[in-house]
Amino acid sequence: MAEYVNLFIQAAFVENLALTFFLGMCTFLAVSKTIETALGLGLAVIAVQSITVPVNYLIYEYLLKEGALAWAGLPDVDLSFLGLVCYIGVIAALVQILEMTLDKFFPTLYNALGIFLPLITVNCAILGGTLFMVERQYDLAQSLTFGMGSGFGWAVALVALAGIRERLRYSDVPDGLQGLGITFIIVGLMSLGFMGLMGIQL
Amino acid sequence: MAEKRKVLIDPIVDNNPITLQVLGICSALAVTTALLPALLMCVALTVVAAMSGAAISSIRHHIPNNIRIIVQMTIIASFVIVVDQALKAYAFETSKQLSVFVGLIITNCIILGRAEAFAMNNGVGMSFLDGLGNGLGYSAVLILVATLRELFGAGTLLGYPILKTVAEGGWYEPNGLMLLPPSAFFIIGLIIWAVRTARPKQVEKPEYQIHEVHRTEVL
Repeated sequence: MAEYVNLFIQAAFVENLALTFFLGMCTFLAVSKTIETALGLGLAVIAVQSITVPVNYLIYEYLLKEGALAWAGLPDVDLSFLGLVCYIGVIAALVQILEMTLDKFFPTLYNALGIFLPLITVNCAILGGTLFMVERQYDLAQSLTFGMGSGFGWAVALVALAGIRERLRYSDVPDGLQGLGITFIIVGLMSLGFMGLMGIQL
Repeated sequence: MAEKRKVLIDPIVDNNPITLQVLGICSALAVTTALLPALLMCVALTVVAAMSGAAISSIRHHIPNNIRIIVQMTIIASFVIVVDQALKAYAFETSKQLSVFVGLIITNCIILGRAEAFAMNNGVGMSFLDGLGNGLGYSAVLILVATLRELFGAGTLLGYPILKTVAEGGWYEPNGLMLLPPSAFFIIGLIIWAVRTARPKQVEKPEYQIHEVHRTEVL
């Protein structure tokens, strides 16, 4: 159990996807103007990330990996070069399914997420999570934990940045730094803060 | 001809994908700890941007509107696979350093953003040039950031020592922070500041101003 808690904390804080691997930066910068929208997007990312990483794990393990097709009588086939196309297809399809399910059963949540749900398809934090899972050779339970942890960490960073930016609205920023520039500097400082968590282990 | 040149040259400073359009920032930050992987990444991204722009533009009349994103993603993913395999074949060590970021070109917003904004409405040749131009604009920022980070973080460029470090008996004390994630944010923030000071048209309007007479209004 401790191993999974450790992996969760590792994925959420120490190796925060947004602040140490710079994943999902475009959405991260664009959707962090108010806390409310940041929360919505954060929740959506946690949900999608916890589903797609394990699903992509299953696809990689039973269809793509070298020798994975042994159950179909094809032990020599190595389809791992098709990985990228498959993962992005799975992500796009899952986001679509999630969108339809939410629309049908939880319309309030669906309306709250609005445009952000489809945008998650092109959020590199999601594809990045899957690629890290493949590169680090997690098993099913680990990939589930990693998916939840990394999604959670991304959401926390997003909400924190939105909180700072809301406060910043009334500050007197130099002209050239207005908007995007100052946001970069803030994210740099946040990333410096998160580096303080490096080396934490349970 | 002038129009073609504009499409190609504009994205390098005046309409830079990173500093103005806020596209493709993830990889710009991640692969810039050293110059060599950054250069490789620039080549990979520029090739994918130009080729996918041309490919998407060539079938733009046949893509049904409601499934266009997935069609674009599939085309882009195919080009990324080609580039990824080529890098693994000819530059294996550096491609290991790039880790997942070659794969992440698929979700690099520059590619999809330009496909959506330009290639879906323009001819094949122009879309190719637009992809090339945006790739070069991205490369310009990437090379600048990577040069700064490698030079001041390790005292080397492309692995060759330029500033001799104290550890090797020289005089330069390397700034370790340059190799860590936060410095990438600071450097890009400062680049944006510099570009916008040189091109005041790009400055964003503040949502709220403390005084009625602010220095922007005095100027």
